[in-house]
Amino acid sequence: MRLSRTSRSTLTDIWLAGPATLAMIVLIFIPVVIVALMSFTDYQFGARSFNWIGGQNYIVMLTDPTARRAVTNTLVYAAIVIPASIFLGLIVALGLHRLAQKSPRFASGLRAAYFLPVAATIVAMAVVWQMLLHPSLGLVNQLLAAVGQQGPAWLSDRGLVLYTLTVIGIWQSVGYNMVLFLAGLAAIPEDLYDAAQLDGAGSGWNRFWTVTWPMLGPTTLFVTVITATGAFRVFETVATLTKGGPAFASDVLVYAMYREGFVYFKAGYSSALTIVFFLLVLLVTALKFGILEKKVHYR
Amino acid sequence: MIEIDAVTRRFGENTVLDGVSLVAEEGSFLALLGPSGCGKSTLLRLIAGLDDPDAGCVRIKGRDIAGLSAVERNVAMVFQSYALYPHLTVAENIGLPLAMRELSRIDRSPLGRLFPASRVRRSDTQARVKKVAASVGISDLLNRKPGALSGGQKQRVALARALVRDPSVFLLDEPLSNLDAKLRVQMRAEIVALNRATGRTFVHVTHDQVEAMSMADRVAVMLGGRVAQFGTPRQLYETPASRDVAAFVGTHPITFVPGPQSGGLHPIFHNVGIAAPGGPVITGIRPEHLTPAPHGPITGRLHTIEYQGAEMLLNVICDGGITLRATATGDWQPPAPGSEIHLACAPAHLHVFNAASGKRLETTHTGAPSCA
Repeated sequence: MRLSRTSRSTLTDIWLAGPATLAMIVLIFIPVVIVALMSFTDYQFGARSFNWIGGQNYIVMLTDPTARRAVTNTLVYAAIVIPASIFLGLIVALGLHRLAQKSPRFASGLRAAYFLPVAATIVAMAVVWQMLLHPSLGLVNQLLAAVGQQGPAWLSDRGLVLYTLTVIGIWQSVGYNMVLFLAGLAAIPEDLYDAAQLDGAGSGWNRFWTVTWPMLGPTTLFVTVITATGAFRVFETVATLTKGGPAFASDVLVYAMYREGFVYFKAGYSSALTIVFFLLVLLVTALKFGILEKKVHYR
Repeated sequence: MIEIDAVTRRFGENTVLDGVSLVAEEGSFLALLGPSGCGKSTLLRLIAGLDDPDAGCVRIKGRDIAGLSAVERNVAMVFQSYALYPHLTVAENIGLPLAMRELSRIDRSPLGRLFPASRVRRSDTQARVKKVAASVGISDLLNRKPGALSGGQKQRVALARALVRDPSVFLLDEPLSNLDAKLRVQMRAEIVALNRATGRTFVHVTHDQVEAMSMADRVAVMLGGRVAQFGTPRQLYETPASRDVAAFVGTHPITFVPGPQSGGLHPIFHNVGIAAPGGPVITGIRPEHLTPAPHGPITGRLHTIEYQGAEMLLNVICDGGITLRATATGDWQPPAPGSEIHLACAPAHLHVFNAASGKRLETTHTGAPSCA
């Protein structure tokens, strides 16, 4: 049987796009719907039955101090890590970009050092951090002691632990942002800098605002989206270093999700947390694209 | 006036400019012509202040500009890529040099709208932007972004950005090479008209000899980091100083015929009526100067014909297997290929070069009959 040209090309389209679409539906869309439905039940893992309890899980989340703590901690963590790691990533990239013209070897060595946290397994790195930050034996407090300072308990002080985790979070994502910014910087045509110099915008400050910053627009948008989703998803450092403690001082959404679902087997409640997390990330992403997309100039 | 005095520029081991000296009179149009890698763009960047020479100096209006910033030199440059700021509108692109020179940081910021004095300064620059945009015919594009413009329109925006600050020197770095052929011819005339209208000195870098010859008052042919010849377009064409210049200039590639080792012209030219000085030489003859004539002094067999409408290009094989290229008018009735034809040329159109050095040699007329 011979198929017509259009139906043959339709078959090709289905053959090319079909498997990926099917995988997305089965592995992402359907689970999201199931999780959304489950968030209105009191289902427990392994249980034979469940009851529809309406918005009870969400009411618990709003009233339970532990759950509210997880949400605010996540927001504080993101509010520090997102701007700091973007700003530092940009600064480091600008520095390395200039350094690469003078001493390429030194610059590529530094680049590898900054990229190390991205390439390394964060669980292994967490062990290193734990040793560095040990209250009495850690290198950080040893150094502080050497200059006569009493170092704090970085990971067990309730007021401090979240900020210690943000520093590790920044350290983790600066390298990745730097690599993206470096690629963005390399793509800026030299002619534009020459033109800026002749137009009287040759000083470092004017050069940056006339050429570098606007030309990095698409990169910055991408970096912001990547960093933000990464920050909201913070889990490994919490799970390995603090387990959300002490006394939920470093509890975050994804860790709470894991604890409620896989430690206490409260699948319904965990699903409700997941939906809140999902909406939060969706909202931030939509906002960013809505606002920033208009201000970004693709070449 | 721009004076370039023994300028040398090296990048590591590589000498890009080797003792280059040139003078462009005030208000004149100078073209730097050469293949890529000959150092012409480097020289332009030295004049602009984007780069500094290792030796020698550049003077604008008699003043040594070493140590002056690009802005203090008051030069404007048009780039091959146009180098427009993609995030700014056409009006903002053109106005940027003015804003950077004349407005304070507060004037330029959105805050500036609040201060009456800033408003006056801003509206003054806007009026000048409008005026210059009108002069290059892009008034209706002022609110667009460069991404929405065609190549020719971008070119005009780049010209307007150069014009707006009334620079003392215009530097043009291959400004026409990204345009299509028809637009290129049109822009050629417009840029020359701009040179006449502004009375400023223009320096135009190009690898296209037609562009250099048709636009410039004086052309510097640059080869391998040196000035191979500096003169009017006519001098370059009529008396090329070296074999390489002769090969580079001219629409149709020149034909070179090496003479015998014992010296003198190749025997096929013996009846043209000139004599060369002793030593081995190479003779160059342009196809457009060699035409069929019933009793011409050069004989050969017609090999192939390329018909081009207004003219036809002939390949003629002479004694010793030498292939000469000649032209005939488009209405010439060619004989069958393979038949014998006679070619004629004026003695002045034979260029004789030293076979070893490639330098031009003066010939002497022997008075023999030449053209039929």
